[in-house]
Amino acid sequence: MSGNWSTRSKRCGRPELTDLFSKFDPLIETREQLLSTGITDPFNLVMEEVVSPTVAICNGRKTILLGTYNYMGMTFDPDVIAAGKDALDRFGSGTTGSRVLNGTYVGHKECEEALKDFYGMDHAMVFSTGYQANLGIISTIAGKDDYIVLDIDSHASIYDGCALGDANIVPFRHNDIEALEKRLKRLPEGAGCLVVLEGVYSMLGDLAPLKEMVAVSKAHGAMVLVDEAHSMGFIGENGRGVAEAQGVIDDVDFIIGTFSKSVGTVGGFCVSNHPKFEILRLVCRPYVFTASLPPSVVATAATSIRKLMHGKAKRDHLWENSQKLHAGLKGLGFTLGTEEPQSAIIAVIMPDLEKGAAMWEALLHEGLYVNLARPPATPANMTLLRCSLCAEHSAEQVDEIIGMFEAAGRKTGVIG
Amino acid sequence: MTDRAETDARVKALIEPFNKKGIPVTDETRFAQDLEWDSLTVLDFVANVEDEFDILITMNQQAEIENVGQLVDAVEKMRTA
Repeated sequence: MSGNWSTRSKRCGRPELTDLFSKFDPLIETREQLLSTGITDPFNLVMEEVVSPTVAICNGRKTILLGTYNYMGMTFDPDVIAAGKDALDRFGSGTTGSRVLNGTYVGHKECEEALKDFYGMDHAMVFSTGYQANLGIISTIAGKDDYIVLDIDSHASIYDGCALGDANIVPFRHNDIEALEKRLKRLPEGAGCLVVLEGVYSMLGDLAPLKEMVAVSKAHGAMVLVDEAHSMGFIGENGRGVAEAQGVIDDVDFIIGTFSKSVGTVGGFCVSNHPKFEILRLVCRPYVFTASLPPSVVATAATSIRKLMHGKAKRDHLWENSQKLHAGLKGLGFTLGTEEPQSAIIAVIMPDLEKGAAMWEALLHEGLYVNLARPPATPANMTLLRCSLCAEHSAEQVDEIIGMFEAAGRKTGVIG
Repeated sequence: MTDRAETDARVKALIEPFNKKGIPVTDETRFAQDLEWDSLTVLDFVANVEDEFDILITMNQQAEIENVGQLVDAVEKMRTA
């Protein structure tokens, strides 16, 4: 391939072409090495049929899903499906336009109303994805000369929002309150500052000490944004997230969330009580310069959000599942991301990528799908098998899952 | 001792605990290639430098700093700013 390129450029008498893809060579090599062992590609799985929020057909085999973000199991909720079908019939398949032009339908406004009710906040802005919500809000409110102080383990969408806005980026050690405070103290006087935190960190499933961190941030005059993507619907008395559970939601300036986890569709949002919040609709580029969500998507989202307000029984069952799986895996001798279960994510730490991939494949053969997570997405270069539970997993399914982990763990030698 | 020499000595003392290979450290020593530091080591080291001099080194500034000499210059500049 590279030979062809250079031959052609030489013939045209131009300087030899520099292949822009050369930078990917180390990754291509790692991948080829892994796949040459004959292992199933962990990043290329196809769901042939989806039976329910917890079961799909993969490679013709019935597979329990333990690697989705379908925490509350809303994807097949009959009311949610009906709302989507109705919106498809009444409003068509797509909006073909930006929210600020022809892309705001009554469904988008209803979805924003549902979010305002869900969080008890004055303003809500719906984006086309959760990634764009972080990208848009962070880059727009913290620009050049402003400071963003953030946890080093923040999600890629947060870092990309920082880069897009060209702010000064100051990271601190994961969940370290003292490290955060030290940095806030050293900010130039009068500088604008946004502290960015997450409720649940998705790689290990651990929670942020929001109570302390929000207090410290406020004491130093910073605005606070909390990404509650992995806690919405599940954590907190009303499912508003970790900030609600720790009693500091009123001090948080911006909450970012997504529809692609507990809500069960796709989209992102920001809710806030800031009196000038609505101006963001005109100045936030990832909101303006993209097509709005299809009517069926906002209809399913709005219906799902309203149902999640009354999801106490489901929340309780999800906690039981999380505790049961955590205890079961710990009992088998697996190393887990957290000492105690803190969220619906249980991360199983693998010794290395090779063992992790082997374990992932063995689980798939047992009939279980989990997420294989590896650097650079993971902290401290860890390879993880990330399990995320669903409120629709039955207690029997969780028992079955533990049994599959035992079989796969012994087969691959990850446990003795 | 000049100010730069003093800053240089203090920075080099902070490097030592992370100098796992025990290589000689000069102005030209690069953090990624020569000291072979990963992102977590960089985070810890930068935090120590920040504490030592009571300054803030943003990720944007870190991106411009490749070797020890550049870091000493940057710290020196911030201390006198």
